[in-house]
Amino acid sequence: MMKNLLTLALVFSAAIVFGQQTYPVNGSYDTRPGLFAFTNATIIVNANQTISNGTLLVKGQTIQSVAQGTKVPDGYVQIDLKGKFIYPSLIDPFTSYGLPEPVRPEGGGGGGGARRSIFVTTKKGSYNWNEAIRPETEVRNIFTIDTKKADDLRKAGFGSVNVINRDGIARGTSAAVALSDERENNVILKDQTAANYSFNKGSSQNDYPTSLMGSIALLRQTYYDGQWYNKQKKEYNISLKDFNEQQNLPQIFEVDGWQNILRAAKIGKEFGKQYIIKSTGDEYQRIDAVKATGSSLIVPVNFIKAYDVEDPAEARNLTLAQMKNWEMAPGNLAALEKAGIRFALTSYGLDNPKDFWTNIHTAIENGLTEKQALLSLTEIPAEMIGISAQAGTLEKGKLANFIITSEDLFKSTNVIYENWVQGKRYVVSKMNINQLTGIYNLTVDNIGTLNLKINGTTATVQQQGTDTTKTNANFVRNGDWVSISFNLKKNPSGGVRLSGYLTSENPVILRGESVLADGTGGKWSAQFKEANNEPPKSDNAKTVPSTGKLIYPFGAFGTETAPQQETILLKNATVWTNEKEGILQNADVLIENGKIKAVGKGLSAGGAKIIDATGKHVTSGIVDEHSHIAIAGGVNEGAQSSSAEVRIADVVNSEDVNIYRQLAGGVTTSHLLHGSANPVGGQSQLIKLRWGKTPEELKFGGNDGFIKFALGENVKQSNFGSGMRFPVTRMGVEQTYIDEFTRAKEYKAELAVKGSVVRKDLELDAIVEILDNKRFITCHSYVQSEINMLIHTADSMGFKINTFTHILEGYKVADKMKAHGINGSTFSDWWAYKFEVAEAIPYNGKIMHNIGIVTAFNSDDAEMARRLNQEAGKAILYGNVPQEEAWKFVTLNPAKMLHVDNRVGSLKAGKDADVVIWSDNPLSIYAKAEKTFVDGVLYWDIDKDAQLRVTQQSEKARLAQKMIESKTKGAQTQRATKRAPRIYNCESLEDYSAELNDMEGVKAHE
Amino acid sequence: MNKYIFTLLLTAVNTVCCLAQANISPAAKQTKTIAITGATIHVGNGTVIQNGTIVFNNGKILSVTANGQVPQGDVIVIKADGKQVYPGFIAPITNLGLIEFSSVKATLDYEEIGNFNPHIRSLIAYNTDSKVPATLRSNGILMAQITPEGGTISGSSSVVQLDAWNWEDAAIRADDAMHMTWPAIPRQRGEGGGGRGNRMLQTPEMLEERKQNAISELDGFFAEAKGYAAISKPAVTNSRFAAMKHLFDGKQQLFISADSQKDIVDAVNFAKKYNIKPVIVGGDEAYRIIDFLKENGVSVVVKQPHALPNENDDDVNMPYKNAAVLANAGINVVISIDGYWQQRNLPFMAGTVAAWGLDKEKALSEITLNTAKVLGISKTTGSLETGKDATLFISSGDALDMITNHVEKAYIQGRDINLDNLHKQLDRKFSEKYGMKVSD
Repeated sequence: MMKNLLTLALVFSAAIVFGQQTYPVNGSYDTRPGLFAFTNATIIVNANQTISNGTLLVKGQTIQSVAQGTKVPDGYVQIDLKGKFIYPSLIDPFTSYGLPEPVRPEGGGGGGGARRSIFVTTKKGSYNWNEAIRPETEVRNIFTIDTKKADDLRKAGFGSVNVINRDGIARGTSAAVALSDERENNVILKDQTAANYSFNKGSSQNDYPTSLMGSIALLRQTYYDGQWYNKQKKEYNISLKDFNEQQNLPQIFEVDGWQNILRAAKIGKEFGKQYIIKSTGDEYQRIDAVKATGSSLIVPVNFIKAYDVEDPAEARNLTLAQMKNWEMAPGNLAALEKAGIRFALTSYGLDNPKDFWTNIHTAIENGLTEKQALLSLTEIPAEMIGISAQAGTLEKGKLANFIITSEDLFKSTNVIYENWVQGKRYVVSKMNINQLTGIYNLTVDNIGTLNLKINGTTATVQQQGTDTTKTNANFVRNGDWVSISFNLKKNPSGGVRLSGYLTSENPVILRGESVLADGTGGKWSAQFKEANNEPPKSDNAKTVPSTGKLIYPFGAFGTETAPQQETILLKNATVWTNEKEGILQNADVLIENGKIKAVGKGLSAGGAKIIDATGKHVTSGIVDEHSHIAIAGGVNEGAQSSSAEVRIADVVNSEDVNIYRQLAGGVTTSHLLHGSANPVGGQSQLIKLRWGKTPEELKFGGNDGFIKFALGENVKQSNFGSGMRFPVTRMGVEQTYIDEFTRAKEYKAELAVKGSVVRKDLELDAIVEILDNKRFITCHSYVQSEINMLIHTADSMGFKINTFTHILEGYKVADKMKAHGINGSTFSDWWAYKFEVAEAIPYNGKIMHNIGIVTAFNSDDAEMARRLNQEAGKAILYGNVPQEEAWKFVTLNPAKMLHVDNRVGSLKAGKDADVVIWSDNPLSIYAKAEKTFVDGVLYWDIDKDAQLRVTQQSEKARLAQKMIESKTKGAQTQRATKRAPRIYNCESLEDYSAELNDMEGVKAHE
Repeated sequence: MNKYIFTLLLTAVNTVCCLAQANISPAAKQTKTIAITGATIHVGNGTVIQNGTIVFNNGKILSVTANGQVPQGDVIVIKADGKQVYPGFIAPITNLGLIEFSSVKATLDYEEIGNFNPHIRSLIAYNTDSKVPATLRSNGILMAQITPEGGTISGSSSVVQLDAWNWEDAAIRADDAMHMTWPAIPRQRGEGGGGRGNRMLQTPEMLEERKQNAISELDGFFAEAKGYAAISKPAVTNSRFAAMKHLFDGKQQLFISADSQKDIVDAVNFAKKYNIKPVIVGGDEAYRIIDFLKENGVSVVVKQPHALPNENDDDVNMPYKNAAVLANAGINVVISIDGYWQQRNLPFMAGTVAAWGLDKEKALSEITLNTAKVLGISKTTGSLETGKDATLFISSGDALDMITNHVEKAYIQGRDINLDNLHKQLDRKFSEKYGMKVSD
């Protein structure tokens, strides 16, 4: 009992600004009138209206009036703010203030993924099957005041924030709260500000989803489930009920990276939602694409620190992208403003709340206007979270949420004196001390007396006496607290750190603790001696710092402007047509409007640019039937035996350098496949290697859809995983297919009868497409027994197998494949890497080809894909396949099996101008791709590549120099560490969310 | 007189058999002098002999000459007009024969547990009955350095020839080298296009400290091992230290894997401290410290040219060019390729190096004579010179290019080896099923 009483006593020791309506009071009530008049102030009512010499009247938690020449009524406490400013306090639309840290599942960020064989929710009650869908989470139910964090936020000028439970894919509702430390009942401004989403499953213990495309699929299915839920009476589901009820709220979607902005916006478009997107600050890299989504953004100001680049060996760990981002990210907000994108700012993601203003100033130096900054910190976030009636501007009837500042809020010398929240005063720094600028006698134990010169936000120290060398000091003022650090180099050498506080105002005296380089502790004090007449550092040098140019993609081998289609005549080459004309000597290829105009001898150039290809070989571009490049957030959604609902189309990654590398190997079309972790994988995506374009622009366009199936060791999880997911034998694999197709047929029949009341099942939709010959199977396969099985299953269930991919024992069942018209896409010579390839032979391609199967060699490997031409050459080494036919293994044949041989795969008038110029016979080890065209656009040119590398080197040198300069000026830096590029193959397993969580974990411990 | 004149076409594959690889027996000792005539002989030391004749007996080369005479007597003459003769290719640093199926644990014998394992010896685990070596021979790879992996000091490799009944008669040089991995800072996982942040799981400082600790532990181990080697009768036997002895008396070579320029310099200087001249393995950034490597006479075993660039920003063709850059600067370069079954692509690694800047015969040296030198077997192998082992093969075309590599005959120490393998057998088995003609 005693303990409880004590707690209450503490709570109520604060004055009560506004009545606690329902709570009884232990003792006499202490309800105060709360009447304040702020006079003679410059009042910034909103970004467009300023009242000079104005008066602000506050009663309780409400603004009574804001005007010039108001007579202060009796009973008001008058506060004279002559020379000072009043701003509406800031609003942060994206915080986790007042919420417990979500418990993340253990580890799992490594290669193996975090599979724990938990297939459905562990949450008891009538909730959604998957824990990542948790719309029932309402911040209003779990929010508690956090006085420490509230204080940090208030010091930065915030008066209210939106509180979001950052956990899960559908995260439930957020709430807007004021940053007062009154009881929760009084600070909640709006109980449901928005419904919240992300691609991160967060603390969910379920295996599903493991990938970004799985997160997208789950969210998409949830929208359909919500629609279905309203039309049915069979099931009561709190999650879906709440999900539906939240659809009329603003919708906030947290993403990382501009590509995920596009991905989120695409889902929004599908379901008629316009999300407000919390981004990560890299939007400037593709501002047009971001703008085209029409999304409003919530943007962080956590710019990265410069890197230590003095050591060239270490500096090489940095990529061009990292270095350019360091330079250009501070201009992100200016770019957003210029593009006319509506955005709010958030302090979320800052390592240290004190960095908030430093970074705002940096953004302003880099071109963000003060007006936009104010809008983005007040009115816009207020609108976004629906509290415009209460906050965001200083108007009658709104909450008395405002800050008192020494000058223009955005000046770097500005000091926030007070932050009033709901009519309650919080002192940030003593108001009478405008600035600490001046010359002081600084006395430090064990050093003696020094001259300390404070000038606005900078300071220098100087020995008194003969040696008058000035040393720059790091000076930080935070309210009444100051910290100063410097290194005199001698007497003593090493860093000296002082921290202390303002102890006297007239004269100004600072006092505190000191620590010398060797750890010796002591005391220090600084007493004002005389005014500092040096002019303060000018704020208004309004030249925006110059930066390098934007390049597309943003990183190595990106270019400022996209290469264009040209009309080109390739003259006098050995032309491998892949058509009945065969290999033509001394022939020409004419390219126009992205198409092949003509192939033949002695073509007339007309207006075409002529490329002399004498001695060269010209072919159509390579088509890789089995690739995993250019995919974001994992290639396997392997938590369930079927993931037919996931789509590589959702996660194409246009920034993958492997696109460029493969162009350098003559590849022009890649079939991006789901991995092989489960019998029914995901839907694949065909792309062209249009380097520099956006993910949507990479898509081949107009082609048939495919889906990945898989057999063998991977799907039965022989070499990874817990072995708890069905199936674990080839016997179970058969039944997985039978069950899947049986259910799909029943689903189709039910749809036909009952129509839209049937729950839309994205997984079965994909299977129905297969049954309807609208989607085609490429099946990862190794040994003959399972291949035979799938052929039988297909016959009995009434579907077709388009392609067996890998198909290393295709040579054992080639006759059966031929009889069923199934294509074979294999490796040239891989074997022995697991037991099921014990009898994989390099003659496989030859035998399948000779039987009459359309045969291809694929890569499944970002490295091998760069030299698929040589892999085709191995069909000669192993089996003596005629060269012309071997070449088709990597061009026309894969085009045929992907149903795009009407557009690519050979050199024929009317086809896409995907053309490669080789230095030699393309099947030879000595052949280099010298030029690669996609749609008549020259994306790879071995000579231009050499120039590009030189440009890139000098750009990196310039940036390194700039980083060194910024470090010399005192900016914080970080070390550059090597990062391994991420390369996927069929068997790559990872957990998208687990990795994100690991990173958050590190952050939490910093 | 010249009693046995073979035409290669006939000898190719006329041993029709469709059974298990058990039939592919190691060849018997050379009993008759063999002369190959009319061939383009790639000596392995950078020179080519047109219309050359090579004569060998008792497993040793008697002569290599242009337009040479065939010796009189009981000689098998092989007419190889228009064909190419090469020294047997040597695969350095491979776990061949220590591994059969990399995903099946029971077949893995290449990586022992523990951090300092100098006492581990690969030779005794080398499985001559593995089905893999026969698939390498048919592409011209006739010798290999069987190498253990794992830990900081992985153990000793041995050099073997690829046609043997057991590891004893496979051995060309037992325990030729000790293998070590220089402690390096592991790389963090990079961007995945999802747009992850720039956060590290471990700070650079933590990683650097871990590396420095590992180096000082290694230094301590070497120092004590060297001291131990000087004790004539140790009171307590330490098999690990004992196994290090020949590093200090120069009888065993030290191979150190190191890739970054700092790590390479550190590794070389570390070895120097113990009077050891190491061979650097990997050496991604060796091209940045060419002068240092030359001053110290360090050879570099480059990792496989068919690799992705290490960094996003790197020249996309850097891995292809690397060996040529080093070799053209005067460094003794050896080309390797990862893995075991993959070794059959070793010739094409040299082909790639030739395509990207190195003279073709010099590229050939990087899988023959240069390799023999760093493996300490160049007195008997690595090139086609009088007195050396008759370990060589005949290809109908350029063996460094997959469209012309076609090994028709191969000899290991003069023994006429069977070029059949599991893959050819299965090809025959199923080609016959379909009534198709077989390859070769």
